[in-house]
Amino acid sequence: MEIDPLIFRLSIFILSIFVGYYVVWSVTPSLHTPLMSVTNAISSVIIVGAIIAGLSGNSDSVFNTSSIFGFLAIALAAVNIFGGFLVTQRMLAMYKKKKKDKQ
Amino acid sequence: MISANLSAIFYLVSGVLFILALRGLSSPETSRQGNFFGILGMVIAITVTFLSTGNFSTGFIFVLIFILAGGSIGAFIAYRIPMTAMPELVAGFHSLVGLSAVFVAISAFLNPEAFNLGTPGNIKLGSLIEMSIGAAVGAITFSGSVIAFLKLQGIMSGSPITFKGQHQLNAIILISIAVLIYLLCSTQTSNLFWILLAVSFLIGFLIIIPIGGADMPVVISMLNSYSGWAAAGIGFTLENTALIITGALVGSSGAILSYIMCKGMNRSFFNVILGGFGATEDSSTSSSKEQRPVKSGNADDAAFLMKNASSVIIVPGYGMAVAQAQHALREMVDTLKKNDIKVSYAIHPVAGRMPGHMNVLLAEANVPYDEVFELEEINNDFANADVAFVIGANDVTNPVAKTDPQSPIYGMPVLDVEKCKSVLFVKRSLSPGYAGIDNDLFYKENTLMLFADAKKMTEDITKNL
Repeated sequence: MEIDPLIFRLSIFILSIFVGYYVVWSVTPSLHTPLMSVTNAISSVIIVGAIIAGLSGNSDSVFNTSSIFGFLAIALAAVNIFGGFLVTQRMLAMYKKKKKDKQ
Repeated sequence: MISANLSAIFYLVSGVLFILALRGLSSPETSRQGNFFGILGMVIAITVTFLSTGNFSTGFIFVLIFILAGGSIGAFIAYRIPMTAMPELVAGFHSLVGLSAVFVAISAFLNPEAFNLGTPGNIKLGSLIEMSIGAAVGAITFSGSVIAFLKLQGIMSGSPITFKGQHQLNAIILISIAVLIYLLCSTQTSNLFWILLAVSFLIGFLIIIPIGGADMPVVISMLNSYSGWAAAGIGFTLENTALIITGALVGSSGAILSYIMCKGMNRSFFNVILGGFGATEDSSTSSSKEQRPVKSGNADDAAFLMKNASSVIIVPGYGMAVAQAQHALREMVDTLKKNDIKVSYAIHPVAGRMPGHMNVLLAEANVPYDEVFELEEINNDFANADVAFVIGANDVTNPVAKTDPQSPIYGMPVLDVEKCKSVLFVKRSLSPGYAGIDNDLFYKENTLMLFADAKKMTEDITKNL
């Protein structure tokens, strides 16, 4: 009997939860805010679904009810991707070590 | 057009890059590289999606237009947002993830052929289950985050909103969501899908309104987690590895942060979610209402104490963020350092309105991160320090958490501020903190209260140093 591909996806899912568990525990508490903003940005990889949805219209009519929801989702996810990564970068750039020349 | 197998491998690569992005955050040195990995993973995922659809028609141009439109709004916000508004921003971003999950689910429900999920009214059962779970969680994330955003922004009162039968109502709605998903999957009726979405929006709203302002760190982390599970649900529907991996990562990340925050308050997750904390008037407060003497001083006294100290520990809290006092504080510390006084910062896990809130603000004010310590790292140092400077924190310094089993915050880990030779407490008034209880620290022999706005007081002290 063949194994349902769903089982493979489920395996990836479960193992990723464990990877996430160990990786996130090793995040230093002082970077918890950047952690939230970067997880925000990466969870917007949902844009791949939105793009498929947006391109679901045929060549005669780009816009149908389904693709319009796709386009809206693209815009929302794009806000998050650009906003999330850039604000994370902005925050991380502020974390500095003590300067040696100071006393 | 590239093959499905090849694109699946690229999605896997981008999932791995996302893991590395989080891994980078284990230290500030590697964090910037981590963020770069994250961006790279995203670029790969989007490019592969374009290549695998192989559809470069008019629709493609519109996709680019919407990406650019959303992207420029996002970039604009990212550059303009003040660091003190980070909790609101994160809550707002969570709501967008939730809403886009809902939109993708709606789109897939209306046009399943585009996603290879069957035909309308006859969607593959597994996909429909995944889709409806993703949509429901997405909707909860959206409305919950909107409420959290409004509360953090101050548009909505931060105090808990409770009413009779609230928990019963929520329980009924949650059960009805499960029933709706079951019915939807067995009948494929589209009306049920819309009802499911409406009910999920409603429960997201109802879950967050009873939770008070200072519990926001838990709420934000929890919504972070939800946004991950919503993405994972959609990932299963679309059979997309990148989304499944990311969803799982974000889901567990948010869950761990919620756990850390709950532990920082010594409360169970369930207790926080049921809400209403700080709204109920407890008997322990009224019994200690009698007036007790406090010593209050001015900037001059504070400057005198600090000038004669050899080590100072600064305890920042949400009040510092509200008063935007972080830069003034850094200037004060610079002056102290010029006088050869050792200064360090002590951060309680739940200080502020989101995990790591204080660290970001101090970093913004150019405080080197190796002067900033977590509770466990620094708590033993209070006994050897001369002055503790509490600015905008309250409940997290309350010794009652160690002494009075009756207190609602009993057992919560607190900073041992009272062990310092003297304590300077910057506060606007004697009003109790979020937990609604009096802080014993105010009345200690060695405490000097500085009644003023945090920023103004810090500036005045600097002048007097």
